[in-house]
Amino acid sequence: MQKSTAVHLLQPALGKAGEVSWYPRKWRILKPCHREGGLFLVRACSPASSCCSARVHQGPLELPKLRGLPGGASARAHSEQRAPRNRRSRLRLRPLLRSDCPNQASVAGYGSAFGTKILPQLWSAFLRPKSPLQTIGEEQTQNPYTELLVLKAHHDIVRFLVQLDDYRFASAGDDGIVVVWNAQTGEKLLELNGHTQKITAIITFPSLESREEKNQLILTASADRTVIVWDSDTGRQVQRISCFQSTVKCLTVLQRLDVWLSGGNDLCVWNRKLDLLCKTSHLSDTGISALVEIPKNCVVAAVGKELIIFRLVAPTEGSLEWDILEIKHLLDHQDNILSLINVNDLSFVTGSHIGELIIWDALDWTMQAYERNFWDPSPQLDTQQEIKLCQKSNDISIHHFTCDEENVFAAVGRGLYVYNLHMKRVIACQKTAHDSSVLHIAKLPNRQLISCSEDGSVRIWELREKQQLAAEPVPTGFFNMWGFGRVNKQASQPVKKQQENATSCSLELIGDLIGHSSSVEMFLYFEDHGLVTCSADHLIILWKNGERESGLRSLRLFQKLEENGDLYLAV
Amino acid sequence: MISAPDVVAFTKEEEYEEEPYNEPALPEEYSVPLFPFVNQGANPWSKLSGAKFSRDFILISEFSEQVGPQPLLTIPNDTKVFGTFDLNYFSLRIMSVDYQASFVGHPPGSAYPKLNFVEDSKVVLGDSKEGAFAYVHHLTLYDLEARGFVRPFCMAYISADQHKIMQQFQELSAEFSRASECLKTGNRKAFAGELEKKLKDLDYTRTVLHTETEIQKKANDKGFYSSQAIEKANELASVEKSIIEHQDLLKQIRSYPHRKLKGCDLCPGEMEHIQDQASQASTTSNPDESADTDLYTCRPAYTPKLIKAKSTKCFDKKLKTLEELCDTEYFTQTLTQLSHIEHMFRGDLCYLLTSQIDRALLKQQHITNFLFEDFVEVDDRMVEKQESIPSKPSQDRPPSRSLEECPIPKVLISVGSYKSSVESVLIKMEQELGDEEYKEVEVTELSSFDPQENLDYLDMDMKGSISSGESIEVLGTEKSTSVLSKSDSQASLTVPLSPQVVRSKAVSHRTISEDSIEVLSTCPSEALIPDDFKASYPSAINEEESYPDGNEGAIHFQASISPPELGETEEGSMENTPSQIDSCCIGKESDGQLVLPSSPAHTHSDEDGVVSSPPQRHRQKDQGFRVDFSMENASPSSRDDSCEGFPAYELDPSHLLANRDISKTSLDNYSDTTSYVSSVASTSSDRIPSAYPAGLSSDRHKKRAGQNALKFIRQYPFAHPAIYSLLSGRTLVVLGEDEAIVRKLVTALAIFVPSYGCYAKPVKHWASSPLHIMDFQKWKLIGLQRVASPAGAGTLHALSRYSRYTSILDLDNKTLRCPLYRGTLVPRLADHRTQIKRGSTYYLHVQSMLTQLCSKAFVYTFCHHLHLPTHDKETEELLASRQASFLKLTLGLVNEDVRVVQYLAELLKLHYMQESPGTSHPMLGFDYVPSFLYKI
Repeated sequence: MQKSTAVHLLQPALGKAGEVSWYPRKWRILKPCHREGGLFLVRACSPASSCCSARVHQGPLELPKLRGLPGGASARAHSEQRAPRNRRSRLRLRPLLRSDCPNQASVAGYGSAFGTKILPQLWSAFLRPKSPLQTIGEEQTQNPYTELLVLKAHHDIVRFLVQLDDYRFASAGDDGIVVVWNAQTGEKLLELNGHTQKITAIITFPSLESREEKNQLILTASADRTVIVWDSDTGRQVQRISCFQSTVKCLTVLQRLDVWLSGGNDLCVWNRKLDLLCKTSHLSDTGISALVEIPKNCVVAAVGKELIIFRLVAPTEGSLEWDILEIKHLLDHQDNILSLINVNDLSFVTGSHIGELIIWDALDWTMQAYERNFWDPSPQLDTQQEIKLCQKSNDISIHHFTCDEENVFAAVGRGLYVYNLHMKRVIACQKTAHDSSVLHIAKLPNRQLISCSEDGSVRIWELREKQQLAAEPVPTGFFNMWGFGRVNKQASQPVKKQQENATSCSLELIGDLIGHSSSVEMFLYFEDHGLVTCSADHLIILWKNGERESGLRSLRLFQKLEENGDLYLAV
Repeated sequence: MISAPDVVAFTKEEEYEEEPYNEPALPEEYSVPLFPFVNQGANPWSKLSGAKFSRDFILISEFSEQVGPQPLLTIPNDTKVFGTFDLNYFSLRIMSVDYQASFVGHPPGSAYPKLNFVEDSKVVLGDSKEGAFAYVHHLTLYDLEARGFVRPFCMAYISADQHKIMQQFQELSAEFSRASECLKTGNRKAFAGELEKKLKDLDYTRTVLHTETEIQKKANDKGFYSSQAIEKANELASVEKSIIEHQDLLKQIRSYPHRKLKGCDLCPGEMEHIQDQASQASTTSNPDESADTDLYTCRPAYTPKLIKAKSTKCFDKKLKTLEELCDTEYFTQTLTQLSHIEHMFRGDLCYLLTSQIDRALLKQQHITNFLFEDFVEVDDRMVEKQESIPSKPSQDRPPSRSLEECPIPKVLISVGSYKSSVESVLIKMEQELGDEEYKEVEVTELSSFDPQENLDYLDMDMKGSISSGESIEVLGTEKSTSVLSKSDSQASLTVPLSPQVVRSKAVSHRTISEDSIEVLSTCPSEALIPDDFKASYPSAINEEESYPDGNEGAIHFQASISPPELGETEEGSMENTPSQIDSCCIGKESDGQLVLPSSPAHTHSDEDGVVSSPPQRHRQKDQGFRVDFSMENASPSSRDDSCEGFPAYELDPSHLLANRDISKTSLDNYSDTTSYVSSVASTSSDRIPSAYPAGLSSDRHKKRAGQNALKFIRQYPFAHPAIYSLLSGRTLVVLGEDEAIVRKLVTALAIFVPSYGCYAKPVKHWASSPLHIMDFQKWKLIGLQRVASPAGAGTLHALSRYSRYTSILDLDNKTLRCPLYRGTLVPRLADHRTQIKRGSTYYLHVQSMLTQLCSKAFVYTFCHHLHLPTHDKETEELLASRQASFLKLTLGLVNEDVRVVQYLAELLKLHYMQESPGTSHPMLGFDYVPSFLYKI
């Protein structure tokens, strides 16, 4: 009996931040709630006495003394609660722990529920993070992806996806192989073997209409200090360049000039025939982490904390030589620059490790806007300290940007922020969009935003205009019931503080894609074929719109019938 | 008229079984003693006719020139099987009805002995005293040391059920022909080797003699030869003659028409051997030794021996064993084939027939049957392809009917035909013909016949049986149209005898017969007489006259015909030709009336015609048989640890095709609980496609699965949503601590799982590691181990993470977490108040329901206007509403049932479009629907 109870109670161990479990007559650490080792939830119980309790602990944990919460919070408080055996009682939430910081409080829930044949969701407890993770139930009417296809070819983390044309894409990762796939059928078209170490950058070199060589090229850079040029149609290795002093970390193509650039510890310029045209001197040991093209034959490179503008001098009547010149150093970031993209022809945006977002003018390289208060949206003082402690820089580092005409979307730590270029402020945010860092985001045409994260999930958001400020979205699903897909509506406490008109839009979660068992590194959106995600679990998943696929299959079916001559159309 | 007591006794039995009310009582004078075995068992099924053996078996006998008929071996080789049955006596019986046109020796007008490539003869023989009925297949093997170079053998399938033999005649004949062909091929090889050795010996002897003669010549210059020298010279001459004779024999054996072998798919290596042989034929100077090892692979230097001039015809010399005669490799292959036959025909006749019909019907649904049928059918399909290769050599014969064309074995067990069989009986064994042609011929048959003439033939034909005193034999042969095409015109003129006449004639003969029935159909498995022999040895085929023209519908059993033909023939047999009753009725009718020869009716004299009649390749059901051996075969112990016996199709389905052997072995491992199955296992390792053990074990498996499914349905009120999950393609995870229980339930529920294609169902019986997204794409039913420790948390975590793809059935807590189901389909499929008690019945119920479902899915999938707009302007919404209304109104689907049909439709589409099945997994489709937790 005892055993079975324990097992039973193990099931709901699905707390988002904390964990719950059931260990007879024994205290035990279950899981650190934060990676930094901040919060722990501890629980013990004795099934025999049908008594249990939960404790939350923050700080370096030593079991005998459940003390030491920073900020003076006395988190050692715990209470014991008699667990009712009546499974038909309604689900209740009970805070088992009180501390001075309500945000750190945890609750343990027990209960049962709703109807005769539905099992109670037994114990559940979690720590509620500062901004609870928004969850969505099983009912996702707006989520179009109802089919998936798992593609397996890699043996290590798949980090890069690149679109080749309307129906093909290539994937690359730490196993050093590049695989070309058919996005429609999921068929593996080619496997490109050549690199001996992990691939650090991949880019396509589109074919020029005027040229004879129609074939699209794929350039891959690897940690083995080579760059290989592949023919994307045949899989042939066109050429291999191995004269690099350092690992090439980024590649970019200047299509206008028909050259490509490789950035490592220095910056090299190559033409289509793979002749080295010119190169810079050694820039830094950390190397160029990002590289984008800006107008006037310039490129901007992120090297550590600084941005360097280079100008490319194409051969003219005067000189036949190519040349690359360092124009300007921009030193406004206080930490390493992690992301760099073009917003439009006139501006580009950079993001740093400590959450600085700077929008630059692409023509005169001046700062247009600066934003760095992502970690500080709440004026609440009592949480301030805790936030600072918990939200280490990792939580506010800007990993990725995407943008449309109006907005820049930033993946900041675990959250998503929408920065309006006109208003020059954050118009919408989702502070904890994922359980851990968001790695890649993309904007879809229909005001939708897709994000993927280290927690292995992909989420689809919709940017909605907010009707009124009062209608602040209440995080609904922070009490996640295992085994019962219903979002619990009764949020126990009002959570979100209004941010003095800071946001005028909201990001609504309209669907999540759960498939990967490890961090989702990147994804690629095909208009016609759905979404491709790649992950550290070595898999690539093709997410498709089931209805549409069904229609396509029917179409192909009847085509085949027609080919076979089996189709007789009624007159 | 009816007086053969035994036969009438069978009538009684039939009466009891089939016509308890309508059968008019026999007149007093015809009344016979009751069914003699009634005391041994109260019901006729208990033990058929008191046979002394427990079940069917195969007996191989030889007519030894030293000791007469003797049994050699039985299959299965288990004394329990044949019990007290007198094998010696039965061997005598079966060997005494050898109708082979075996002829070897010096024919008149020929200098050398000629080998005759004899056709096998196929006889049905009954011995009601023994309670045994047998299909007897005679064949002749060559042995250089034997008298006339031939050793007659026979293989007999012995059963207590006469009808089974009669109705499965065609199949038995086909299967035994294969076995026989295999034996004979091996024998030819061995014989050729033997001849080569003998030639070497003779050559050596000649050399020695020659030398001796020369020496004597030299020693003796007197100008005349001493008597010794003359003797030597004579000896030399006889050796020379012998050499020539043997060379001729060797040439003959090698000239065996190789094309005959093309249809024989039993011996895969044979062709190479033959080619080998052909190439070897040119280099006869290098004969090989051993007859029982491979002739051409190991060739130790053979030292020729001196041959005594006078060979000692002694009876104490040891005759070669069958294995020696046939080359070990071929011998074992034959044994494999025979045990395959034994497995194939195991079980009740009704069962065999039903499964034949079943399979034939299934073949018609070739688009949908992959969904829920066993993957045994795949084998069938493969076999089909093999069979569609013309199996017989005759070139201008209409190609053997492919199986698609003849889907339904025609089984006429209607009252009408039964009654008519009392009146007039004729075995109508139709030859494979085109419809029109056949019809035409039939008409001519009926219109123009000459009773007198044919009566003579009949008489002649019956003489043998009269003299035998206790049996009637019905003799008939098929001939190929190719050979006899020249006699077509004659045929229509001369032939047929009215059925009535035949009957009366036959009946008069039957009065003589005491206790046995024999039906002989000499349908040679090959036409083996080379053309040059035909002319010179008409006597070799002197039974020719009794052979009907193949074109005229020579006797053969027609177990099935193509659908259009079916109607016609049925009609015909009802209306105007009461005599024309399908072979399947033979069993029924033969109880009251003796089976009658139709063959004499069709005979005509065709002096120089040649018996060259390939049997029709009409093997409706030789593959994929199922045998129910749960009754007596499964030992109680094996039944108890049933969970052990579940076949584990746990291989990745996509690899299953490639790794079939592996899967076989795994199946074998599981099914090895009974000795019978393990004997199959050995069979399965061979390349005989039909011996796929899944087919064998599946029956017991099905029964048990049905039973357990029934139990599940009765036990769990939430069985419906669980089954709905399976049918709609949502993976069902069966979670439990006890592996045996989980496996049992998974096996039971697997009957509801649609397959992706022609391979194993996507079912994983037992998994203990955390599940992964790939698993849900691959498997639709998973048994998952619950580990009650922190280590198991990962498993549960993964399960909850992927909860949207799964339904979870928790066996320990008796809960089910899955989406709501409100349809009407599953309640019908799985009614917990069902009156069905037996597992196999329930299984069949499920199958029929699922077949119905499949047909709905088929209609939905292939309705053009449901999926494609009828004109350009049509919107998708309109299309969708049309789909919805079709599903709802036309197909009558309610709520979630729509999802089931849609899922099946997707599978159908994929399967139809797939070029090579099994290459990829279909995508994982899912819905965003809330799940509920059900509890008892």
